[in-house]
Amino acid sequence: MPPRDSWQGTFVVALVLCLACSALVSAAAVLLGPAQKANAALDKKKNVLLAAGLATPDSTGDEINTIFSEKIVRKIIDLETGEPLSESALSEAGIDPETYDSMAAANDPEMQVAVEPSGALYGSNHREPYAEVYEIVNGDATEGYILPIYGMGLWGKLFGFIAVDADASSVKGITYYKHKETPGLGGEVDNANWKSSWEGKRIYGEDGDVALSVTKTPAAEAYSIDALSGATITSNGVDNMVKYWLGPQAFGKYLASK
Amino acid sequence: MAQAKVKDVLMDPVFNNNPIALQVLGICSALAVTTKLETSIIMAIAVIAVTACSNAAVSAIRTFIPSSIRIIVQMTIIASLVIVVDQVLQAVAYEASKTMSVFVGLIVTNCIVMGRAEAFAMKNPVGLSFWDGVGNALGYGLVLVVVGFFRELFGSGKLMGYDIMTTTSNGGWYEPNGLMLLPPSAFFIIGAFIWILREFKTDQIEHDG
Repeated sequence: MPPRDSWQGTFVVALVLCLACSALVSAAAVLLGPAQKANAALDKKKNVLLAAGLATPDSTGDEINTIFSEKIVRKIIDLETGEPLSESALSEAGIDPETYDSMAAANDPEMQVAVEPSGALYGSNHREPYAEVYEIVNGDATEGYILPIYGMGLWGKLFGFIAVDADASSVKGITYYKHKETPGLGGEVDNANWKSSWEGKRIYGEDGDVALSVTKTPAAEAYSIDALSGATITSNGVDNMVKYWLGPQAFGKYLASK
Repeated sequence: MAQAKVKDVLMDPVFNNNPIALQVLGICSALAVTTKLETSIIMAIAVIAVTACSNAAVSAIRTFIPSSIRIIVQMTIIASLVIVVDQVLQAVAYEASKTMSVFVGLIVTNCIVMGRAEAFAMKNPVGLSFWDGVGNALGYGLVLVVVGFFRELFGSGKLMGYDIMTTTSNGGWYEPNGLMLLPPSAFFIIGAFIWILREFKTDQIEHDG
């Protein structure tokens, strides 16, 4: 072995160290990968169920998988038409329904669709063309729909699900699974009491527009959710994303057919 | 440095030579992850794992490390260990890792980890370096847990997510102190911690001139 401060020695040490460290990091990623994927998938299922009140934050993984397989049907719909994509449309668009990732599609220049009118959804100029929806079934009856929503809050985008009832007229529940809002202020979107204030609120007004709103000055009790105190920007963001995603540019057409 | 004992290198950094309270290192992460007690504890464990293992690894190869690239060698070891810790967190504590992932990655930049590798592990045997890493990270973790305790208790009326003082937004009596949830409050608590510590350890007081 060459002396350690010679250039040969330096080179050998650097090379061996890089190989050893990359082996360590790759081994960790490969060995732990399956557990991480399972965690992420379970977390998503859990949040779908939480939005509809079908699970509690304490539910175990087995309970969640059981309820999910019994009561939830996942569909990919075309937001343009509001119709579920048929087998042929899926293969034509090159989408595998099992692995379709709407967030990746929203960022993919090949697939993304411009948000109309511009600025209608805070923080996003583009959205995905096809979205996942989760239908709650009980035997042959459909009991509701769970829709993914996202939009800008104060510090970053909030990602969540909103559940609506079978005739898409009122809210069953809402939950956020990823956000960066200030704990105690905007972070109160996670507050169970606040989330429960969404239950039973009407969505569409007489004229068919989304009348559901998050506001400090409730006009109509049936349509209004109290804004979070000390978190005006977060509340405005939630208000905006609910109006956009339930509106005619997003899930409106899908829900209108219910 | 004369041959130190395991007990000394382990316990000294907790009170006598605390990396945050005396050396004032690693402050930024102490502000970021301490809004809840649970994240403080997980962060403390993560830093203990990284500091102990990186100290041991650097010490094990210290006779081979060429002095011209020693900082990069230490950095590579630390960065690799941090990635491993982050991966483990995602696999076993998914909920916590979702909120902490960014800060776990930032352990790389924590001056305590690198400081111990350079100042201690380069000169001492593997076993002792390992315990020195554990001790220093414990000193850091202690401050983190104390800060997390007060911030969660007074900021949200909870500890480890359980209600201790029911807040008014949940129909209780406690009006939460919003400042406690914002990063500057950690400065006040760390300041109070240093003050109280120095009341007992008067040799830590810095005299002017």
